[in-house]
Amino acid sequence: MSDLQDSLRELYQEVIFDHNRNPRNYRPLPAASHHADGHNPLCGDQLTVYLQVEDGVVREASFVGHGCAISTASASLMTEAVKGKPVAEVEALFRDVHALLTEGREAADPARDFGKLEVLSGVKEFPARVKCATLAWHTLHNALVGEHETAHTE
Amino acid sequence: MNAPREPGVQTPILDLAADFPILSRPVHGRRLAYLDNGATTQKPAAVIEAEARFYRESNANIHRGVHWLSQHATELYDGARATVQRFLNAARADEIVFTRGTTEAINLVAQSWGRPRLAAGDEILLSTMEHHSNIVPWQLVCEQTGAVLKVIPVQDNGELDMAAFEGLLGERTRLLAITHVSNALGTVNPVAEMTRRAHAVGAVVLVDGAQAVAHQAVDVQAIGCDFYAFSGHKLYGPTGIGALYGRAELLRHMPPWQGGGDMIRTVAFDNTTFAPPPQRFEAGTPNIAGAIALAAAIDYVQAVGLARIHAHEQALLDYGTRALQDIPGVRLVGTAQDRAGILSFLVDGIHPHDLGTILDAEGVAIRAGHHCAMPLMTRFGIPGTARASLGLYNGLADLDALVAAIHKAQALFGTRGGTAPCTGRAA
Repeated sequence: MSDLQDSLRELYQEVIFDHNRNPRNYRPLPAASHHADGHNPLCGDQLTVYLQVEDGVVREASFVGHGCAISTASASLMTEAVKGKPVAEVEALFRDVHALLTEGREAADPARDFGKLEVLSGVKEFPARVKCATLAWHTLHNALVGEHETAHTE
Repeated sequence: MNAPREPGVQTPILDLAADFPILSRPVHGRRLAYLDNGATTQKPAAVIEAEARFYRESNANIHRGVHWLSQHATELYDGARATVQRFLNAARADEIVFTRGTTEAINLVAQSWGRPRLAAGDEILLSTMEHHSNIVPWQLVCEQTGAVLKVIPVQDNGELDMAAFEGLLGERTRLLAITHVSNALGTVNPVAEMTRRAHAVGAVVLVDGAQAVAHQAVDVQAIGCDFYAFSGHKLYGPTGIGALYGRAELLRHMPPWQGGGDMIRTVAFDNTTFAPPPQRFEAGTPNIAGAIALAAAIDYVQAVGLARIHAHEQALLDYGTRALQDIPGVRLVGTAQDRAGILSFLVDGIHPHDLGTILDAEGVAIRAGHHCAMPLMTRFGIPGTARASLGLYNGLADLDALVAAIHKAQALFGTRGGTAPCTGRAA
């Protein structure tokens, strides 16, 4: 068993498969106050993120689209993680997740409890796939800051 | 090789992996099964040595020095051109223009043949299965001239719709730009017949040979086309070198598209005159070592024999097609009767990029994605495919490794047996 094979098992854990097969919050949100599109044309990963923000708090989050298991699971886990959080906290989470996926755990806030999102950290052993995991998060960020350009991470 | 054989499947005949140094290096602790030859091929020691030998023994600039080394380098470069001429069976060596590759060759034709000649309403005919490099240069020239693109559709099996092709040919058709072999599906197009039909309406024909030249003998005079483009790096040669064949009569009347040294006859501020083809189209110091190494690659494949390479790869293609079709949940994309070197497929419930990552961990190198053929993927309603593409050094062991790795991916994803959980979204 090579190191890469171990890394593969760390990335493709049951939680990824679960969220890929049955993505949570997979629906458009007619009452959305914010939304944005993400697209990685080389991969073909494509999604729209919807947010319903009231009084500075993300009340609802959802997404639709299609992509690989990593991008779908990342988007699904993300919608669960941001629901009920104040916008400022969601933005801090975006920065920490981005640091986790691209630079590693030590680059993120040491106090941050990633919870289920920790599973996404396995992607950093696969440089070609980091962009799959980060796409939903950049799209989320664009939705929050009102950026209308389509997000992309490749 | 102990793989089970089915009756009717030929046995591959070549065993040349030892000629390619890179194939002996393990990847992720596994034997490398390199099945990404459509993207680029590996290089035999003879090609690596030819490039190194040029720099060690013969390096000088060409066409200008009176010193011995310069003349020697010029002879080698001109000799490489003659090798390409014989390889394509072009009538004359000055019909061969060295370029950076297929992309630059097509851009050369678009800008030097197309731009001065095309007018608003003129039609450029190409097909849904073109690589982006045989679409975008024509879109650029359409913007510059007002010409319009017409697109030959592709049938469900990956073959061109020839009836639609006939219907699209007309008096406004100025150019047919068509791929010889589809890089995404492996479909071999009937380019000789298409050339005859296009010539009958007075159109000029460019054939994109990037995916063809490594898999079968090409004879530009038998095809009858006006332009033929290919890249060295898909033919076991180096990157950054390729060639354009252009019929002398057309090249003679085409203006330069890049200015600089080597492409002029005389330069004065009130009047510069240009060299004849092919130098007119080779501004600046060319990739001399690349051209010489490309010639070494051509010598290599010709020593093996393109007929033998073709027979070998067809046997692998038959074996691989059957092996993939035997895996529940695997679907081939592109099942044209005449195919070369490419197995494009989808696995139920596993996105091509996830599959590519898992196969890589098993030492199996394939490409996953749209293969620079986005209109074709749109035609099939898919974001991309997994593509295993064959080279002369591949053997049954490589395809067995591919099949075993797909089984592993299915086990990991829990989709073995084709009962893939489906979310109802695009694959």
